[in-house]
Amino acid sequence: MKLETLKQNLQAVLGDKLVKLSEHVGQIVVEISPVHWLEAARTLRDHPDLRFEQLTDLCGVDYSTYGDGRWQGPRFCTVVHLLSVSNNCRVRVKIFAADDDFPVLDSVTDIWPVANWFEREAFDMFGIIFTGHPDLRRILCDYGFIGHPFRKDFPLSGNVEMRYDPEQRRVIYQPVSIEPRELTPRIVREENYGG
Amino acid sequence: MADIRNYTLNFGPQHPAAHGVLRMVLELDGEVVQRADPHIGLLHRGTEKLAEHKTFLQAMPYMDRLDYVSMMSNEHAYVMAVEKLLGLEVPIRAQYIRVMFDEITRILNHLLWLGAHGLDVGAMTIFLYTFREREDLMDCYEAVSGARLHAAYYRPGGVYRDLPDTMPQYEVAKMKVHSAKAVTDLNANRQGSMLDFIDDFTKRFPACVDEYETLLTDNRIWKQRTVGIGVVTPERALALGLTGPMLRGSGLAWDLRKTQPYEVYDKMDFDIPVGVEGDCYDRYLVRIEEMRQSNRIIKQCVDWLRVNPGPVITENHKVAPPSRSNMKQNMEELIHHFKLFTEGMHVPEGECYAAVEHPKGEFGIYMVSDGANKPYRLKIRAPGFAHMAAMDEMARGHMIADVVALMGTFDIVFGEIDR
Repeated sequence: MKLETLKQNLQAVLGDKLVKLSEHVGQIVVEISPVHWLEAARTLRDHPDLRFEQLTDLCGVDYSTYGDGRWQGPRFCTVVHLLSVSNNCRVRVKIFAADDDFPVLDSVTDIWPVANWFEREAFDMFGIIFTGHPDLRRILCDYGFIGHPFRKDFPLSGNVEMRYDPEQRRVIYQPVSIEPRELTPRIVREENYGG
Repeated sequence: MADIRNYTLNFGPQHPAAHGVLRMVLELDGEVVQRADPHIGLLHRGTEKLAEHKTFLQAMPYMDRLDYVSMMSNEHAYVMAVEKLLGLEVPIRAQYIRVMFDEITRILNHLLWLGAHGLDVGAMTIFLYTFREREDLMDCYEAVSGARLHAAYYRPGGVYRDLPDTMPQYEVAKMKVHSAKAVTDLNANRQGSMLDFIDDFTKRFPACVDEYETLLTDNRIWKQRTVGIGVVTPERALALGLTGPMLRGSGLAWDLRKTQPYEVYDKMDFDIPVGVEGDCYDRYLVRIEEMRQSNRIIKQCVDWLRVNPGPVITENHKVAPPSRSNMKQNMEELIHHFKLFTEGMHVPEGECYAAVEHPKGEFGIYMVSDGANKPYRLKIRAPGFAHMAAMDEMARGHMIADVVALMGTFDIVFGEIDR
């Protein structure tokens, strides 16, 4: 399906549920407000003009340090990539969580079963809560892990390390002993820097 | 009457068929699986977070370590994402080299899958056969990049260097394992360039696939273990997020190389095999046929690459380094070189998703850049992650032994699932 047709279809079908529709490097990005997400997701899958049968990917993004503090909007975003096999097109859906301190979003596991694990991952890594998820447990981190490691305020080297203690004869947790180091600093240059 | 309860069994993480580090909690009624709960994450290294703290070039070799049996395909998705954001044109010769190595990688991956799947289900011999051919392809990796596994060969803007004119040779060992004559025989097809060697491989390989098929395709035990196991309908396969051979095994002819072609796949002549039943046996047949088709693509690339010399990496020195000799004679080039390897390249602000048809399915990279020299966010969409999530549904009602067959058919590698 042509990008223009898809744009028109998305605009017509989603209507006022759409917050923003944009295009970048030939990919269509749709922003939907969290209150309409569940409803919009069902439309995206079932509407004959869209038919996004497959959820390719779902992940969280923490925008808190974007562009060295240039970011004004909400902190947490859930980014969903959808694929329509019948129309051969993709769309990226972004849903910003309303509350920065307690990001909540409706779960779409009933619409795309594959979202189950992806949502668990987003919860594990960013602490985004998916209401209606049947089994929202940690997935990649350790069983008793504290914190959400992919948040920008979580240090790269973590907070605790694990070792075997020969005296207590068990595995213990202790504060990390390594210093975080940065070999190449992160730099955002002004536009057209260096020609 | 005695109280009969379900029995919970821990499968792995120390189990030869757990493909590394899978812990699966199986709820059993007798020998029938009622619920399968895979506990993943034992190999979680936080690749995505690490990449946020590395420059775009430094983060690239992490891709090799994701799915460590199809290294270059992972790199491909990553460099494609960077190129898309940069709006970079890749030289045509580099595109052909990438396609050729993608297909070499596909064969490498499928050979390991075939050997391991056979081994899981009890067919020992096949493993030895597949590793014989893997060795030749590993040598290609080594000849072109210097490393057998973690190649780091694809770079944003092209590939690291052109194909070499010689192949590495076997030498007579001090221990005299082989006689001098045997070593000469081993080196017989390594006398020419690397393309000659690959060309020779493409001629030999179809007969090798025939050999694998004689071992398994009509084998009664193999069929008893795979036919009718883990059946997925096409609709369900889409809903469960299955991609690649898992989706095609269910009868959907969806292949990104055909449907959303990247690089020069639209110039290649090849077919997409699809299954009928959607069981483990169909997926086995699909992958076997994919190896034959990959062989065809490699042959076409070899023929093209022989007659079309040219640059293999972009001339834009803000992205790719200048040649060594230019760097040493030209001040401007020296500055480019220095800036590229210290500060790294800056990728314009924006976000994109790039996906390739990885041997296991759709491997995608979602990259967000805020204009810095490091990615702001990198999300790796690993096909195995979605496949593993489907384990519960596919294993229900099957025996414990079938769970092993299912893991074989998923083609699980924990490097990419746990990331």
